Formats: sequence, structure tokens, C-alpha cells
Amino acid sequence: MIPAVAVLAAIAAVAGALLGYAAVRFRVEGDPVVDQIESLLPQTQCGQCGYPGCRPYAEAIARGEADINRCVPGGEHTIRALADLLGREPKPLDPEVGEEKPPAVAVIDEELCIGCTKCIQACPVDAIVGAAKQMHTVVAEECTGCELCVPVCPVDCIRMEPVPVDLETWRWPYPGTAEAHA
Amino acid sequence: MSDYLLILVSTVLVNNFVLVKFLGLCPFMGVSRKVETATGMGLATTFVLTLSAVCSYLVSTYVLEPLGLEYLRTIAFILVIAVVVQLTEMVVHKTSPLLYNVLGIFLPLITTNCAVLGVALLNAQTEHGLLESALYGFGAAVGFSLVLALFAAVRERLAAADVPQPFQGAAIALVTAGLMSLAFMGFAGMVHE
Repeated sequence: MIPAVAVLAAIAAVAGALLGYAAVRFRVEGDPVVDQIESLLPQTQCGQCGYPGCRPYAEAIARGEADINRCVPGGEHTIRALADLLGREPKPLDPEVGEEKPPAVAVIDEELCIGCTKCIQACPVDAIVGAAKQMHTVVAEECTGCELCVPVCPVDCIRMEPVPVDLETWRWPYPGTAEAHA
Repeated sequence: MSDYLLILVSTVLVNNFVLVKFLGLCPFMGVSRKVETATGMGLATTFVLTLSAVCSYLVSTYVLEPLGLEYLRTIAFILVIAVVVQLTEMVVHKTSPLLYNVLGIFLPLITTNCAVLGVALLNAQTEHGLLESALYGFGAAVGFSLVLALFAAVRERLAAADVPQPFQGAAIALVTAGLMSLAFMGFAGMVHE
């Protein structure tokens, strides 16, 4: 029994090491622009841009198929960074994907939560903690405000609360897009 | 020399893995709609099957048998095959993007091809040597590719044929496969395994 487990573990370890080495040795250089674009996206994997995640959206931008103004969670900040990187003019968020809202976090009404875990599965950034039949709550620092948890709640106990602007979070509006914020 | 030739003929035609031993039926039915995809799958399988037959032989002879752990063959071979497939995919991706585009989607599918595991286990059971194992795997893969390409060609013709309604789709494909199997049974007895 013990030697069998040890041998299998050894084979698996050798195989793992081999694959790990091969992954480095035979790494295929993808399009470097895709990596750069992806690093600017907020990694919420929310799909509001119409692509199944941030990586596919970055690939679509690199191929020239998608415009740079489709990222709702990233908002104006991301659009400006992408415009900088790609040497394009920044433009307001595509109204097709939604309008930019002030930054918000999800809040769970803990009185109403039935502990169904549906919102935990929906959250792309693991910002909701809780277990089955236990009350859930949102880790505000992790929440990106993507709203994916709101529609899945069967008892409608999740609401979006805007983050109040204080001395820490306030910043100058970018010139040219200032009227959108005014 | 004639022994090796016999192994090849035996695995390609007489004891064909798909039509006589009935192994690897899922890709046989799944990717035989078009001749191009069938050839792609055949190529990828040939490569992986030969390689995994050799690797499983090495693992079985130099690791499992000295330790008296022959009963671990199945699970160890599954591990080896998965690694070989993954490694092949990485190497092909790096060295030949063209080949990767042709084989790309088929490579991961081979992990679950039971013919691959079947070859490894039969090699261990019949106590083949290294070269015999490699030839056995290669022959099995050539037989698999041959049958897959033939079947795909037949199915392409069937698509245009006037098939009675109750037989359309999977039903006629299975009937065709059965008839092909009957034809290959005609080779039976020519070579003893």
C-alpha cells in the first residue's frame, strides 16, 4: 500500500516537473500587445463588454475587432490608459454596454440573506464570503461593483451602494471628459 | 524482421483496434464527419499512440515490475498518457505552429481515447519488448487512422445519399460502421496475435 502510493506520487511528481519545465522551455510568445492590454483591464471577468472575459476582450482589441471603450468596471480610467497605450483618442464609454456609474460596492442585507451561495458563485473576484445556509457578506475592498451578484439573488437582498467621495478617493476629473462627471 | 512486419499487419488490418477490438469508438463516431478532420485526428493519434506506447512500456518495465506493482498499471498508464499528450501539445505548439493549427483541437481529445490506454495495457499483458511495443502502438494508430479516414469518406457520401427517414443520422452511421466491421472480420485468422 505505502510503496504503491509512493511510486504513484513519484511518477506524478516527475511528470509534473517535466510539464512545468516544458511549460517554461516551450513557452509560446503570444502577441505582447495582448498582455499589455490585459494588464490594464480590471480583471473582473464580468463579460459586460460582450466578450467572455478580460483576456478575450484584450485579444479582440489587439486584433482591431473591438473598440477600447467597452469596459464598464474599468470606466473612464481604463479607457484613458488603453488610449495611451495604443495611441488612440480617448472616448466616452460605449452606451451599448452600459453607462458609467459612480463607483459602487455591493451590500448584502444580512437580515434577508437566506445563505443560498448563488451570489458567491456569481462573483468574479471572490469578494463575497459565506457558506451554505450561513449569512453572506461582501468584502468591500475586493468588490469591483460589477453588479453580477445582483440579478442572481433569489430574495433580492443585494443592492449597490455608491462609494462616498472623501479626501482619499476624490481626484480631478480628466480634461475633456469633465462634463460627463459634472 | 518478419515478426515485426507481422505485428504491423496484425494491428493495422487483422486485429484492427476500432473494427475488431472495438476500442476508440468515440473519436471513430465523433470526428468522422469530414475527411479533413478525420485525417487530422488520425495524424495526431498516430503520433501520441506511438509515443505513449513507448513511455508506458518504460514505466511498466523499469518502475512497476521491479517493485512488484503490476496492479498499478492502469492508473500509472493513464497518468503517463495524459502527460505525453500535454507535452506533445506544448512541443508542437512551439516547434510547428502549422501542425498545431491542424492538430490543435484534436490533441487534448486523445487523452480520453481508450485505444491509447488499450495499446499500453495490451503491450504489458503480451509482454512485448521496446521495439515491439512501439510497432504495436504505431500499427494500432495506423489502423485507427485508416479506418477513420475510410469511414469519414463513406459518411461524406452518405450525407448526399437518399437514406430512408428512420435510418438518417446516427442510425445509418452505426449500420455503416457495423458493415465495415464485418468486412474487417474477413481478415480474421490470417495472423495469430
